[in-house]
Amino acid sequence: MTEFLTSQFGVSTLLAIIVIGTLLGTTAYCIYFERKIAGFIQDRPGPNRVGPGGIFQLVADGLKFVFKEDVIPGHVDKPLFVLAPAIIFLVAFIAFAAIPWGGQWEIADGRFVDIQVANPDIGLLYILGVASMSVYGIVLGGWASNNKYSLMGAIRATAQMLSYEIPLGLCILVIVLTMGTLRLEDITLQQTDYWLGFIPQWNVFLHPIAFGILFVTALAEANRTPFDLVEAEQELVGGFHTEYSALKFGMFFLSEYAHMITTSALITVLFLGGWHFPWITWTQPEATHFGAVVVKIIVLCAKVAGFIFVMMWLRWTLPRFRFDQLMRLAWKGLIPVTLALFVLAAVLVYFGLHRSVWALVGNAVILLVTLLVAGSSRTEVTGRASNLPPIGVGPIPPGVREAGVSG
Amino acid sequence: MIEDKDILVVDHDQPPLSAAERLYIPQILEGMKTTVRHFGKTIFKGPITVQYPEERRELRVENYRGIHRLNRDEQGRVACVACFMCSTACPADCIHIEGAESPWDDREKYPVKFDIDELRCIYCGMCEEACPVDAIELTPGYDLVGRSREEMIFDKEQLLAIYDETKGIKPRKNPRITGYPRTEDPAGGHTANSGEADA
Repeated sequence: MTEFLTSQFGVSTLLAIIVIGTLLGTTAYCIYFERKIAGFIQDRPGPNRVGPGGIFQLVADGLKFVFKEDVIPGHVDKPLFVLAPAIIFLVAFIAFAAIPWGGQWEIADGRFVDIQVANPDIGLLYILGVASMSVYGIVLGGWASNNKYSLMGAIRATAQMLSYEIPLGLCILVIVLTMGTLRLEDITLQQTDYWLGFIPQWNVFLHPIAFGILFVTALAEANRTPFDLVEAEQELVGGFHTEYSALKFGMFFLSEYAHMITTSALITVLFLGGWHFPWITWTQPEATHFGAVVVKIIVLCAKVAGFIFVMMWLRWTLPRFRFDQLMRLAWKGLIPVTLALFVLAAVLVYFGLHRSVWALVGNAVILLVTLLVAGSSRTEVTGRASNLPPIGVGPIPPGVREAGVSG
Repeated sequence: MIEDKDILVVDHDQPPLSAAERLYIPQILEGMKTTVRHFGKTIFKGPITVQYPEERRELRVENYRGIHRLNRDEQGRVACVACFMCSTACPADCIHIEGAESPWDDREKYPVKFDIDELRCIYCGMCEEACPVDAIELTPGYDLVGRSREEMIFDKEQLLAIYDETKGIKPRKNPRITGYPRTEDPAGGHTANSGEADA
């Protein structure tokens, strides 16, 4: 038994169980924090009735989801209708298998195990492939619902996810070119050195633009505001999950948050050095005892929590994009910039300068060119007052002043 | 006269978006600054909301017209003399009084029944203005709930009980309207501002 538990397979199995369990709890708590943050931003306390500070609100919500009547409308395509939430839920959770949580653990003298459910050579491809599967859940849900609002939501989701996967993929390619590997653990390890002895070699300092764009596309992939046109209550009732109720709706709801956690963890590993943090010796790759593993996991989770907070903060700050604006941002904005970044990374790799200050210089040049192009653009900005028929411009017409009511 | 400062002219000649603005980023940061300010304010100074059933905000108006009460006189008897002035004045026709000969010497009649349909009432305050003995008054109570329509018809005992509960409060009736052209009432009786007596 101890033999099994100390093998890589045993540790992976145990880790899978722990990760799934923790993750289910964490996604549920994400909903609570989302509501709390929404409350604070809107000058109100948020949920505070169930338990101290409302921390048992999610238990109440979960019980409500479980005990509500699970309506399957008569007009739906039943097998697909049931399958859709299962797919989206599964896909949101299996992506975690390749996330490197805490480097290596020296479980016995000279025997190391990875704190990672699976450490495939193509970990990055695995996450990308699995993440792009989630569009199936949405499309099937929308299609099977046999409802025009659901279908419109699903169509929007397809177009949006396809469009935003291009800049997402290109941003990741920039990192793959720079790091020369698809294995997430190796990408983390390569970021643990220092420049000038104190700046950690995190990729965010090499390719800040790619970092920003990856964050934006991650929001779009997770269907978070300002890219939540898939749901768009005002236009589409609830989008693809209009017809869903009870636990099936709960699965859609939870998987959105699971998706947020996955993408945050991915960005953390790719750009912020994963479990590495400067000045804490226990988060260096040399530290492999159990305490170090725990500290590394905490560091990674703290970074992920930071991302999730920013995503929630953005959600309660920004209004939703219009669909044409969404498409314009992807095709005319993000894709050209990421293509330029990709070319930059390729050129730097060719000259062997991909981990030097030249990457930053290239980024600055690209930002400058983007600003110039954007500034010289004469594209009409829709929805502004200049496109509306004139009202009340110019001198005040005679008689208006005298017609005013006294007092 | 309309002053120049009162006229809002919509400026249609807005400059085109600048390069930085076309990247959306400055505006997004500006918005995030605003929301995080509210976030911090709520965390450190507390929310601006109140927890309603437990906490109550003080009423902003002094002459709020809420649920009625039927006052008692100094001897604890119902002050009403069953003159029917209030039910006559009532535009919603929600006051139903049955008068009878008074067992006391100082008045001729008293109400045996005094019902107010709190759901029909429009809380206009005409009844308290009409009352010659200030027996019916509107209190600032606003949280009036019931399970049925019948339950919301308050009888004499309930209205007297409300008086017992709100004895300390002197409802402030309609304040004097400034600049209202007052004519001297030779009889010195009821005017539109008679409620001013208790101010």
